[in-house]
Amino acid sequence: MISFGPTEEQEIVREAMREFAHSAVRPIARKSEEEGLVPEDFLEQSWQLGLVSTQIPEAYGGGGEARSPITNALVLEELACGDAGLALAALAPALFAMPVVEFGTEAQQRELLPLFCGDRYHAASLALVEPGPCFDPIGLRTVAERKGDGWVLSGAKCFVPMADRASHFLVLARAGEGVGLEAVQAFIVPRDAAGLEISEPEKKLGLNGLPTGSLALERVELPAVGRLGGDAGCDARRLVNLSRTALGTVLVGLSRAVMEYAIPYAKDREAFGEAIARKQAIAFTLADMRIEVDAMRWLTWKAASRLEHGVDATREAHLARSYCARQAMKIADDGVQVLGGHGFIREHPIELWYRNARTLGVLEGTVAL
Amino acid sequence: MIDFMLTTNDQKILDAVRREALVCRSYARHYDEHEDEFPPDELPEAGDFPPTMSLFAGREPEDTGLGVMSMLLTAGQTWGDYSVRMRRGKGGLGNAALRAAGTPEQQQKWGGLTLAMAITEPGCGSDPSRVQMTAVLDEATDEWVLNGEKIFVTTGCRAQGVVVWATIDKSAGRAGIKSFLVEKGAPGFIVSGKEKKLGIRADDTAAYVFDNCRIPRGNLLGGKEEIPQESSGGFRGVMKTFNMTRPAVAGIGLGIAEAALDFTRDALREAGIQVEPGPGIAAQSAAAQRFLELEALYEAAMLTVLRAAWLSDQGQPNNLESSICKAKAGAAVREITQGCIELVGPMGASREHLLEKWFRDVRITDIYEGTGEIQRLIIARNILGYGREELK
Ligand SMILES: Cc1cc2nc3c(=O)[nH]c(=O)nc-3n(C[C@H](O)[C@H](O)[C@H](O)COP(=O)(O)OP(=O)(O)OC[C@H]3O[C@@H](n4cnc5c(N)ncnc54)[C@H](O)[C@@H]3O)c2cc1C
Repeated sequence: MISFGPTEEQEIVREAMREFAHSAVRPIARKSEEEGLVPEDFLEQSWQLGLVSTQIPEAYGGGGEARSPITNALVLEELACGDAGLALAALAPALFAMPVVEFGTEAQQRELLPLFCGDRYHAASLALVEPGPCFDPIGLRTVAERKGDGWVLSGAKCFVPMADRASHFLVLARAGEGVGLEAVQAFIVPRDAAGLEISEPEKKLGLNGLPTGSLALERVELPAVGRLGGDAGCDARRLVNLSRTALGTVLVGLSRAVMEYAIPYAKDREAFGEAIARKQAIAFTLADMRIEVDAMRWLTWKAASRLEHGVDATREAHLARSYCARQAMKIADDGVQVLGGHGFIREHPIELWYRNARTLGVLEGTVAL
Repeated sequence: MIDFMLTTNDQKILDAVRREALVCRSYARHYDEHEDEFPPDELPEAGDFPPTMSLFAGREPEDTGLGVMSMLLTAGQTWGDYSVRMRRGKGGLGNAALRAAGTPEQQQKWGGLTLAMAITEPGCGSDPSRVQMTAVLDEATDEWVLNGEKIFVTTGCRAQGVVVWATIDKSAGRAGIKSFLVEKGAPGFIVSGKEKKLGIRADDTAAYVFDNCRIPRGNLLGGKEEIPQESSGGFRGVMKTFNMTRPAVAGIGLGIAEAALDFTRDALREAGIQVEPGPGIAAQSAAAQRFLELEALYEAAMLTVLRAAWLSDQGQPNNLESSICKAKAGAAVREITQGCIELVGPMGASREHLLEKWFRDVRITDIYEGTGEIQRLIIARNILGYGREELK
């Protein structure tokens, strides 16, 4: 059934996240970005929302709720509307924990999932992106070779969220001959694995509220159980589709932030004797933002809906993510223009969103040449 | 629950519509090249296909709502052809207006006719508050006397009647504008011409002259002869017509755009260009990337249409969303069809294929039922909390 109606429960979650984004995320966004740090008490505060633990089975101490890509989309949009970097910092552990919930063997779940059910923020992360131009998850260069029962990983990763403190990384690597994502598998690499080197936090164009790091994997040896899902492995295509859809949602949140900032500004700011919002060039720019924020959101919902049904969402996730990346860049760009010179000044958040839009757009690879 | 999966029942209907649409498509070129001919009310093949409405038997609660389905259905039909239908239904634009503004008795009386809608005049299109056509009540005969001109009336030649906008008091501005139902054959009602067009040529577009045209007093839709105090009261009522027709018009355009995309995908595949998201950005050709961009644009626009229709299914206001989807689709179908011809190359411009026709047909989407600019005006006023005077 085609329906745009969130459940009552989802509405409540969405409302709570909106409130949290407003009161706890936005107010610290500028400071954390300038300092390149995510405040500890923000991480603890966000942890109390149960964003990660609720979707972990009760047997391991979690809330036992079914994983819902749609609920996650609603949550991410709201948090990212507060600040994209902080939203991703709060949810980084889910990038690791959720694939374990979905594909982990019983032993892997027993060992790893309780880590995310405690009272304190527990960092773990996903290592997908690689340095080098035109990165695309389909052409991974990190490889996993068989060695006896186990595996040897070699390669390099970058933009790994919370790399400075993650206890484990889920490293995506090519493990076999096949083409594209069919040959890709996920590997659980503990922070102290021999041969793993973690860089200092990266300095980036934007998104500095989210500490990221690079990983150098120099023949990192893993036992057989180092592969997510054991012998069965995991569906890397689904992991990438989930990640793309989530990224699309973050871009929706960011775009909405720009729009919601630009509208009152344009009504307030006067030029030539009237509010600039009364001039069509500005008014239509704002109207276009409104149109696109809707369009972007429905695209991400459609991909999320397919993921929720467990059907292939490669096309939808790709379209959503690439469309959102393009539109978010345009909206942030237009946002700067609506504010004029003031858009260029760091007193307003627009320049930050402009940088974030460009950074997020390539966070998971190049969208378009 | 947020959901974007069609049920088996939904799919069954849409598949049937597409099968029909392909039959219609086989007539598309003929009526494009014979603008003077009208497609028949029923194609010879119609007997082999069940009537569309019969497909809606046995709907389950988990099936998609009727408003959303009707958008998908509309797009499915125009995916075949813009104007050729297996069976021509009774619904013209005027029928929507009658449903929005007519009294129950009026709906009963005229609901069975095909009704056109005539707002536009030689001197006013985007700003219907400037309608110059007049209606004067002749108390002696209990008749309205209409005088004026209307242009660009869709299905104006074939329609059995028309809903026209006329002013009963020019000094009252938009509050003085009322809609009237005029049946063909009314004295002084003249179909004065038929336009030759860039596209949608099988659709007739008429010009009307009303020369002391007399209609019964009861033909004022809604029956309210007084001029409302609140300046735009009555006007707002008639504008409501557009809350479902705008999404429909957007859906119509997107059906054509989808046909263009399907044609282009096949052409690219035949040339050995893979257009699935898959091979990786570095390995993907510029053509494939451009194609995927157009596909995303199509999806995005279609979802805004479904959103507007879904709100209507829920009984929620969808004024803003109607304009959003109309604006989005209007721009999207232009870019999509222009882009498809570019991707296909010279064969895309050849009249051997329908792509060049779709490129022409689709261009109207961003013009009628309010241009893209007018939709943006409506959206901007809405999000800025501005009235008509503050942003125009
Ligand atoms: C094939 C076809 C079928 C049609 N069917 C019908 C029908 O059935 N019934 C009917 O009543 N009409 C019909 N129309 C008329 C159609 O709705 C009008 O053409 C349309 O609303 C635009 O009006 P216009 O042509 O007078 O353009 P204008 O109003 O002259 O506009 C010209 C340009 O100026 C822009 N513009 C105007 N005002 C503003 C503003 N305030 N801000 C910014 N830009 C502005 C417009 O967007 C447009 O780009 C049809 C038209 C065609 C071509």
